[in-house]
Amino acid sequence: MSEDVSGTKIPVGPQHPSLKEPANFTLTVDGEVITGADLKLSYNHRGIEQAALSKTYLENIYLLERICGICSHAHTSSFVTGVEDLLDLDVPRRANYIRTLIGELERIHSHMLWLGVAGHEIGFDTLWQYAWRDREIVLDLLEEITGNRIHYSINTIGGVRQDLTDEQRETVLAKMDELEERIDFYLETVPNEETVRMRCEDVGTVSTELAREYCAAGPVGRASGLPVDVRRDAPYAAYDEMDFDVITDTAGDLLARTTVRIREVAESISIIRQAAKGIPDGDLKATPQPMQALLAQIPEGDVVSRYEAPRGELIHYLRSDGTDTPERIHIRVPTLANWPTVVEALRGSYIADTPIVVAGIDPCISCTSRIGVETDGTHAGENSFNLDELREYGIEWYDDRADGGSATGEPGTDRGDRP
Amino acid sequence: MDLATGILYLLVFPGFAFLFTYALAAEYLDRKLYARVQNRVGPPPLQPLADFLKLLAKESAVPENATARIYKAAPLTGLAGVLTAMLYIPVWSETAAMSFEGDLVVVLFLLSLPSFSLFFGGWYSGNVFSQVGTTRTITQLFGYEIPFFLAAFAPAVAAGTLELSSIVAFVGSNPLHMLVFAPAFVIGLLSLQAKLERIPFDAPEAESELATGALAEYSGRKLALFRLTKDVELVVGAALLSALFLGGPYPVGSIEGVAGAALGIAVFLAKTIAIVAVLSILRGVLARLRIEQVLNVFYRWLVPIGLLQIGIVLAVGLYAEGLL
Repeated sequence: MSEDVSGTKIPVGPQHPSLKEPANFTLTVDGEVITGADLKLSYNHRGIEQAALSKTYLENIYLLERICGICSHAHTSSFVTGVEDLLDLDVPRRANYIRTLIGELERIHSHMLWLGVAGHEIGFDTLWQYAWRDREIVLDLLEEITGNRIHYSINTIGGVRQDLTDEQRETVLAKMDELEERIDFYLETVPNEETVRMRCEDVGTVSTELAREYCAAGPVGRASGLPVDVRRDAPYAAYDEMDFDVITDTAGDLLARTTVRIREVAESISIIRQAAKGIPDGDLKATPQPMQALLAQIPEGDVVSRYEAPRGELIHYLRSDGTDTPERIHIRVPTLANWPTVVEALRGSYIADTPIVVAGIDPCISCTSRIGVETDGTHAGENSFNLDELREYGIEWYDDRADGGSATGEPGTDRGDRP
Repeated sequence: MDLATGILYLLVFPGFAFLFTYALAAEYLDRKLYARVQNRVGPPPLQPLADFLKLLAKESAVPENATARIYKAAPLTGLAGVLTAMLYIPVWSETAAMSFEGDLVVVLFLLSLPSFSLFFGGWYSGNVFSQVGTTRTITQLFGYEIPFFLAAFAPAVAAGTLELSSIVAFVGSNPLHMLVFAPAFVIGLLSLQAKLERIPFDAPEAESELATGALAEYSGRKLALFRLTKDVELVVGAALLSALFLGGPYPVGSIEGVAGAALGIAVFLAKTIAIVAVLSILRGVLARLRIEQVLNVFYRWLVPIGLLQIGIVLAVGLYAEGLL
C-alpha cells in the first residue's frame, strides 16, 4: 500500500504515544501534508488460533474471550453460536436475552472508551475524562451481573452461566436512565463544540463507494452510508425480537463516525431496556446434559458464525473433525476490514490528523495479527513459507541480528529489519 | 540602586526565589483546576516541586546525533530570558524593580526567548519528531507575536510611553481605560496561551502525534529547566498582562510604605492567579487546533482586532484631549 514519493519519512510506531498497541505507519510528508502512507502490522502475534487447536471447545471459550479486552463477549458469543450450530442446539430465549443484554452493555462500554480515546487524540482531554467516567456506569453494571468488569465469562455452549435477577433488572433500568442523560449531553455538545468540529469535520473522509469497495465494517461503514449491521442482516441471540434502528450517516468523516457511535449508544440503551423489561422466564441452558457428553456429540463439519462486535462484523470459522477439540479456528476481526480505509484516508491529510484518523476506526491491533504457514508445500508468493523454511529464516534472522549486535558487545541492540 | 538591592531584586524578590516558588505554585493551581474541570482529583500542592526534584535527579542524556553544545545551552537561555523579564514588570507598586524608557520592547523580546531556545534545542536534538515540532513552534511564533505586540502596544500608545512602569501609572490614574483595552486583553490572553503552547494552541508539542515535539529527546535536569521555564513564563506572562491591561497594583498602587507594598503584592497575586485560572479553563474546554488553523485564528481574527484596537485607543486619546 505504499507509493514511491520523495519527502521526509516520519515513522509512526511501532512504539508511539498515540498507539496503544504496536503497529507501524511510515508517513511520507511534504511539510505538514501526508503524501504517502505505508502500513506494517503483526508486531504482536499471539498464536491464539494455533493455541485453540490444542484445547477443547469448552476451554476455548475462555481462551477466545481473551483475544480482546473490549469485545470479549463478542468473541465468546460468536464462538459458542458456531458450536451450537454444529450441535444443532436450541438456546433458550431467556439465555438469548441475557446474551443480548450483555452484548449491548459491552457495545456501550466500547463506544464510550472510543469516545474518550478520540477526545485524547484531538487534544481534548476533558472529553476523554468525562467519557471514561460515564463508562464506569456500564462497567459497574457488568460487574454486578457477571462478577467481572471486562471478561464476563457468561457464555457457555448452549446458553449462559448466570441468571439475571429481578433486582439486577431494576438496577439496569435505573442506571440506563442515568446513562441516557449523559448520552443526550454528549449528543448535544460534542458535535457542536467548535474546536471538535474544526478537528473532525471533513477529516479522514471515506466515501460510500470507497467504503463499499474496501468492505468497511461496523461504525466506519455506517458513518459512510453503508447500512451494514449483522444484528439486522442476520439476527442472532434475541435481536430478531428487538426494535432498533441501524444508525447511519452520509458524511463519512470523523465527525460522522463520532456521532454515529454516540447515537449507537443511545440505540443500545433502548435495546437494553427492551431486553431487561421483556426478558422471558425459562431455562438458562439448552440441555441439562453435562458438558463432556455434549462435546462428545460434536459431529464433523464446518460452520461460519457472524456477530456484530462494537467495531463491526466479527467472523468465526470453525471446522470440527468429530473430536472434542476443533480442527481449525479462523477469526476475522473487524479491524482487519477497516485498515485499508485508514491508508486511503491518511493520504492527503495533515500529520496532525494521523492519530485521530487511525483511532477513527477504533483499531484493535493485536487482534489483527496473523501468520500464515503453508503445510501443503505449494507456494503462494515470495513472502510465503512452509514450516521448514520459516524455521530456517528465523534462525538466520536471529543470527544476523546477533552479528550486528556483537560489534557493540550487546546482542540485541540492533533492531534490524523485521521479517 | 546599590549592589545589595540589586542582588536582592535579582535573587530573592521579584527575581529567582520568588519566581521559582510562585511558578511552581501556579503550576499546581493550573493542574488542580484543569483536573477539577475534568472531574479528576488533581495533584497535591507539592507535586510540581516533587516532579522538578525528581527530574533533577535523573540522568540527562545527550543524543548521539544532537549538536551537543546548542542542545545543552538551550534550556538555560530560555529560563534566563524570562527571569530577567520579571525585573521590568511592576509587582508591589507602580514602579518596577528596574525600568527605563523602552523596557516594554525588551520584556517582549525576553518573553520570546523561550520559544527560540525551544526551537534551537529541539532542532539540534536530531530527532524527527522534534524537528517537526520546532518547525511548528516557529510557525506558531509568527502567528501569535504580531497580535501580541499589537495588543501590548495599545496601552503604550494610550500612555504615550514604552516604559512599563509609566504605563502602569497611566492606567492606574485612568482606570476606565481598562475597558478600552478589553479586546487587547483578550488577544493578550490567547497569544500567551499560544506562547506557552497550551491547548488549544499546543500543536508544536502535541503529545498524541509528536510525542511532545521539541522536548522529545530532553531528559533529566535539562527537561526540568524547560518545564520550569514554562511555569515561570506563565507567571511572567500573567504579570505582564496584569500590568498592561489591569493596571498592575491598581487600586492600591499609590499607597506608600510596607502596608502599600504588602497590599500591592496581594493585588498582584490575585490578578495573576485570575489570569492563570482563565488560561487553565481555556485549556480544559477546547480541543487542540491544527497548526494551520492556529495561524488562521491569529491572522484572520486577532491581527485585525489588534489593529482596530490601536485605532480605538488613538480615537479615545484624541477625544480625551478635546480634538475629536
